[in-house]
Amino acid sequence: MPEQIQKVLGKHGRSPDELIPILQDVQAVFGYIGEDSVKVISRYLRISENQIYGVSSFYAQFRFTEPGRHGIKVCLGTACHVRGGSTLLDSLEHGLGIHCGETTEDKRFDVDRVACLGCCALSPVVQIDRDIYSRMTVNKLTELLKNYE
Amino acid sequence: MNKLAKKIDSAKSKWEKLNDNREPIVYIGAASCGRAAGALDLKEGVKTFLEENKKSARIIEVGCIGPCYLEPLVDIKMPGQPRVSYNNVNAKMLGMILKSHFIDGAPHKKLAAGHFGTDDFDGIPRFFDLPMLKPQVRIVLRNCGFIDPEEIDQYLAVDGYQGFMKALKSTPEDVIAVVRQAGLRGRGGAGFPTFRKWTVCRESPGEQKYLICNADEGDPGAFMNRSLIESDPHAVLEGMLIAGYAIGASKGIVYIRAEYPLAIDRLKRAIGQMREYGLLGKNILGSDFSFEIKIKEGAGAFVCGEETALIGSIEGKRGMPKSRPPFPAISGLFQSPTIINNVETLGTLPNILRNGPDWYNRFGKEGNRGTKTFSLVGKIRRPGLIEVQLGTTLREIIFDIGGGVQKPFKAIQTGGPSGGCLSEEFLDLTVDYESLASAGSIMGSGGLIVMDEDTCIVDLAKYFLDFTQKESCGKCVPCRVGTRHILEILQKISNGEGTPDDLLALRTLGDTIKKGALCGLGQTAPNPVLTTLRYFRNEYLEHIRDHKCRATVCKSLIEYRVIKEKCTGCQSCVRVCPTGAITGPRSEPHNLDASKCIKCRSCYEICRYEAIAGDAIVIRTAERQS
Repeated sequence: MPEQIQKVLGKHGRSPDELIPILQDVQAVFGYIGEDSVKVISRYLRISENQIYGVSSFYAQFRFTEPGRHGIKVCLGTACHVRGGSTLLDSLEHGLGIHCGETTEDKRFDVDRVACLGCCALSPVVQIDRDIYSRMTVNKLTELLKNYE
Repeated sequence: MNKLAKKIDSAKSKWEKLNDNREPIVYIGAASCGRAAGALDLKEGVKTFLEENKKSARIIEVGCIGPCYLEPLVDIKMPGQPRVSYNNVNAKMLGMILKSHFIDGAPHKKLAAGHFGTDDFDGIPRFFDLPMLKPQVRIVLRNCGFIDPEEIDQYLAVDGYQGFMKALKSTPEDVIAVVRQAGLRGRGGAGFPTFRKWTVCRESPGEQKYLICNADEGDPGAFMNRSLIESDPHAVLEGMLIAGYAIGASKGIVYIRAEYPLAIDRLKRAIGQMREYGLLGKNILGSDFSFEIKIKEGAGAFVCGEETALIGSIEGKRGMPKSRPPFPAISGLFQSPTIINNVETLGTLPNILRNGPDWYNRFGKEGNRGTKTFSLVGKIRRPGLIEVQLGTTLREIIFDIGGGVQKPFKAIQTGGPSGGCLSEEFLDLTVDYESLASAGSIMGSGGLIVMDEDTCIVDLAKYFLDFTQKESCGKCVPCRVGTRHILEILQKISNGEGTPDDLLALRTLGDTIKKGALCGLGQTAPNPVLTTLRYFRNEYLEHIRDHKCRATVCKSLIEYRVIKEKCTGCQSCVRVCPTGAITGPRSEPHNLDASKCIKCRSCYEICRYEAIAGDAIVIRTAERQS
């Protein structure tokens, strides 16, 4: 871990405006922003840990808990909402037994909402890892999840 | 300059060779939406076919032409024939199309959507004569779907960077004058004249000035900027060069949503190519103008579309708006004069510079010159990315271009969560900044969401307020507390617990937030509520008085029922029900236990589309015990 985070930091300068790019890179490597990462960043940029939490908790992109093996993002943009996006989220939460923003106990899935993926004409859409699935229904989604272990 | 002139020459001859039809070309529409519809699998399918049949062809991934409802699109251009476009292609169709072209030597007439030639071709219509495309005017989107977005040479071959070179030959003041004469207004939503902002920045003292391209397209339901960047990134970057030159900036930043990974990749690649071609760096093309472009990824905050919040975010802070003045054009990023222009504004600039302001003035109407791109989505037959002249009516957009609505039309939302919801009586309203504002809505960045009778107005208002309430940065009280209160009242109404007084409270709260909020997010947040109250008051009253949601959307007011006479007992719904609410032996009508039902729609869908009976499960207004 220390080596990996040093490698991330090495790509960035020490000015405060590097904070968000650093957090993004850290999350790309570890999947989330851990407490020890924050400590290291704090020393590197010479800003307080509070300040880092203040900034990172403001933005929806950052998470502070370990993600599941597969990240499911349900799009709740307007077009997706009008075509039943929130029903997808409800049934997903119910089916996996977790709430939005949480990870299943077996670490298989985490579920989140996203404001818009910009595929509005194919709504409703769901993103699993990096793939976007279009024109989803509750039943199609249930079938789809079987492909992810 | 000479080095670039040579590159342009070679780019043009390469382009001519590509188009002189010696080699077959397969174009695949592979912007994000095409990919979501399966474009990349098709690309593999084409490769396999060519290998198996020992044929050769060039495969080009292009961006998005716009008609998303036709995705995925595959176009084929054979030697001596125009390019023919095929829509909604699946693996089986792909085989038929390829066989037709490569083995039988003729287009597959039945499957072809249109061709891109000038004359009649085998009875296939011209693609641009299709009803969705014919009324459109493509200026910003001119290259989308036609050039390979990853090749600067193709952009150069279609007169790319000519606008910038023209700008370099005149003074920055002249460039600003051209933009003034063209009457270009900011396409991010507010419609502020671009030249005015530029002039302030140009005249502000300061060694370092910044130009920021705002690609933080946060409006849910809008994807114009994503499509443009994915399909024609150089157009936006050329616009940045022009704007940077005009205001005297030496640093450009593209602030783009992290949710758009493909767009970010394409920008990075394009910036690398610009550097290689001498279009970035010190003394560009031998002039005094030096410019660098950096990409900053947003981290998911809608409010960062607001100028001062965006600046805060780039500086590494929480993205909270500041009160203005000072305006960013005087004191912006790192307290330096800063101009923030929207992607589409920048994408328009090369066209204006290349063709002149008089040419641009031919489009649109007095005070609202030019074209505007919209993402036309929702309950519409032909959703997609469109570009029309300002002054086009909503009716033309919805019915001529969009092909109308399947069920009766109810409303159209313009301007996303900051905009308003307009009813049928506004269909003849022209789309321009002033007309939309007079109806209580806004132009916004360009999301148009069409709704039919299956959309509940109260639910829609609740949806938007839920969004703005979550995205409110929390700095000022009217927005932070006010949007929360509105949402609570809407929730109450949607649960069937509203009172007539609530409507007055919504009105008062809405007006107060509009007047009191610090930034554009708060000032426009009540718009969806205020406009729906104005134009769809009856639907609110139905929820309050009759406890009825006519669109059967509000969960507290509806129930699911099995129609015993229709149900064949096929058990499809029993299998999909996540809570075990539906029970019953095979071949006998099933029972639905309302106390266990979570109204997830699974049974309704499966019965409708896959079960034997079909439509044996209905959603209807709940009977109330009172």
